[in-house]
Amino acid sequence: MNLFSQTALEDIREKQTAWEEKELAAALGSRPEEKPVYETECGIPLKRVYTAADIADIPADELGFPGAYPFTRGAYPTMYRGRPWTIRQVAGFGNPEATNQRYKYMIQTGQTGLSTDFDLPTLLGLDSDDPRAFGEVGRVGVAIDTVDDVDRLFDGIDLEKISVSLTINPSAWVVYAMYVAVAERRGYDLHKLAGTLQADPLKEYVAQKEWIYPVRPAVRLLRDLIMYSAKATPKINPISLSGYHLSDVGGNALQEIAFIMAFTIAYCEEVTGAGMDIDDFAPRLSFFFISHQDFFEQICKFRAARRVYAKIMAQRFKARKSESMRLRVHVQTAAMSLTKVEHHNNLMRTAIQALGAVLGGCQSMHTNGLDEAFAIPTEEAMKLAIRTQQIIRDEINVTSVIDPLGGSYFIERLTRDMETEIWKLLDEVDERGGAVKLVEEGWFQQKLADSAYATFQKIDSGEKISVGVNRYVDEASRSAEVHIHPYDEACTQLQIDRLQAVRAGRDNARVRELLKELAEQAKSDDINLLPKTIEAVKAKATLGEICAALREVWGAYAEPMIV
Amino acid sequence: MTEQAMGDAPDRDAATGTIRVLVAKLGLDGHDRGAKVVARILRDAGMEVVYTGLYKSPDEVVAAAVQEDVDVIGVSLLSGSHVPLFRELGRCLREQKADHIFVVAGGVIPEQDYAALWDSGVDAIVPQEARAELIVTTIRNLVAARGRI
Repeated sequence: MNLFSQTALEDIREKQTAWEEKELAAALGSRPEEKPVYETECGIPLKRVYTAADIADIPADELGFPGAYPFTRGAYPTMYRGRPWTIRQVAGFGNPEATNQRYKYMIQTGQTGLSTDFDLPTLLGLDSDDPRAFGEVGRVGVAIDTVDDVDRLFDGIDLEKISVSLTINPSAWVVYAMYVAVAERRGYDLHKLAGTLQADPLKEYVAQKEWIYPVRPAVRLLRDLIMYSAKATPKINPISLSGYHLSDVGGNALQEIAFIMAFTIAYCEEVTGAGMDIDDFAPRLSFFFISHQDFFEQICKFRAARRVYAKIMAQRFKARKSESMRLRVHVQTAAMSLTKVEHHNNLMRTAIQALGAVLGGCQSMHTNGLDEAFAIPTEEAMKLAIRTQQIIRDEINVTSVIDPLGGSYFIERLTRDMETEIWKLLDEVDERGGAVKLVEEGWFQQKLADSAYATFQKIDSGEKISVGVNRYVDEASRSAEVHIHPYDEACTQLQIDRLQAVRAGRDNARVRELLKELAEQAKSDDINLLPKTIEAVKAKATLGEICAALREVWGAYAEPMIV
Repeated sequence: MTEQAMGDAPDRDAATGTIRVLVAKLGLDGHDRGAKVVARILRDAGMEVVYTGLYKSPDEVVAAAVQEDVDVIGVSLLSGSHVPLFRELGRCLREQKADHIFVVAGGVIPEQDYAALWDSGVDAIVPQEARAELIVTTIRNLVAARGRI
């Protein structure tokens, strides 16, 4: 069924022609428009005005209703009326105790979910005393070496009550094992644990660039995690499919969604290929997108992504459960848009991007700190970021109506155009042999690097405006410096001391035996590695030891050199 | 390169007029967007660019710089570990008798850490929002000041 009658459309077209000939022609005659071409950031052409005639080809069913296929208008039938989005600011630095303190501060400020950033050694499967961890321990996130560190991280926090997001990737299965072990130690009901692991390996190889093993074993580890978690911890999302990083590394809105959907397809094929029904795990797939600068494009991106995902799950994977087709998304505002020059402007940028995410229907959000272009955010910056979300949620009445921009001629047209372009990119991935192969070949990496360079050139030439940087430059404000979150120099030594104490106090023969068994299991593709990993962390095997044991089986990843 | 910049210096660079740069990522920082953009900027400006790829130790970066006989090492760091890593890079350069190679730092480097980087032997720090022209001139000026070209 179409939205408008043929007669109404003909009438509109006729009147538009008349308007173009009279009012518009006169206006253009006296004052030309500022730019010859108007388009979105991702290059979709924009008309000066949209009418019903522009959306005449879109069937009403493509919009549907909130919480129903194809989910264009929202993930849930009541959206923010039933439950506002979760304010989920990510935090992590230093020793587990330091991050734990920040968590308690943020909960007190009104944050409703937790989110953990790990330091680079933890992400890359290295212990704090590994020579490669030099200078990096506790720097960009919290340092985790053993199960006891996870216990310290969540000390005094009831994990049955608050949901926890863990931004962990190649070593995700080990941190998950530690989390489960801590929950068991504290006597929690595993079925009540709620939260999300990032654990999205393909986007690591093309965007965030944290890896340990070659591509295929990394996908297998994810498969094991998804399958184990579905039964053991059914309320945990074992993966957060992260378009955010694809954007962060240079991708435009179409690449962000198309590429992450290509990865979604690859993971679903991997898990269904191992014999699990799509409806037994798809409801726990979750997403992570950026909310970037092009306001309407970003809103349409969220809407188009929900529709594309619903169709992929229904048509390609023959999902039957509605929850399997529902895209739930955590959003972070765009760190790339933040400037060091006149850093207070970052507050405005972030607030607008956050509003876009809300109008786009996000389920949870992290708003960047205004000092994020300098270092990890200070407590004060995090408070302002939380306040930004609270003001949007509680002061400006944007949460009463679901998908408030739905039905706008422009929004529906742009949503449709973006969807069409996303399908074209997905078709290309299919034709070229699928996501895993293309990651190995560096195809995505090249596309994203090209896009990053094109964006840089637009900023460099002044075509893309950055206020205070390449437009309205105020020389006087250039030297401004902010207070920066301090780095705790003692944190490395504390982690190292603790590691030594753990190694001295545990049954080392048993740890060696467990690691050997784990490596043996890794050699055959059809054994789930989670049970053995959980045993190993309980026996106090360290994260670095576990990751190293499998590195011996699978080897390391060699990056294709793409500039 | 312009003729004027090439000058009359007698060494290898004068023959080709080409500045050689190693664009490097140090430590465990995976943010390579900036490094790759800079590599292309320098290449488009006529320099010869070698990119190390990710996860290189200071030792490995210096070894690559010596092997590739570069004039400049450009390091991009966004992980916050710039102070210890540049200190170590400077030490390795001296140890491998390669401290004639210029070091240019970029990425997320707060002004309060500039002094520590100068002490480690960093020759120039490129600010975050630098335009292509500034990056290229910084490198040309460094090399020209040494009189190699």
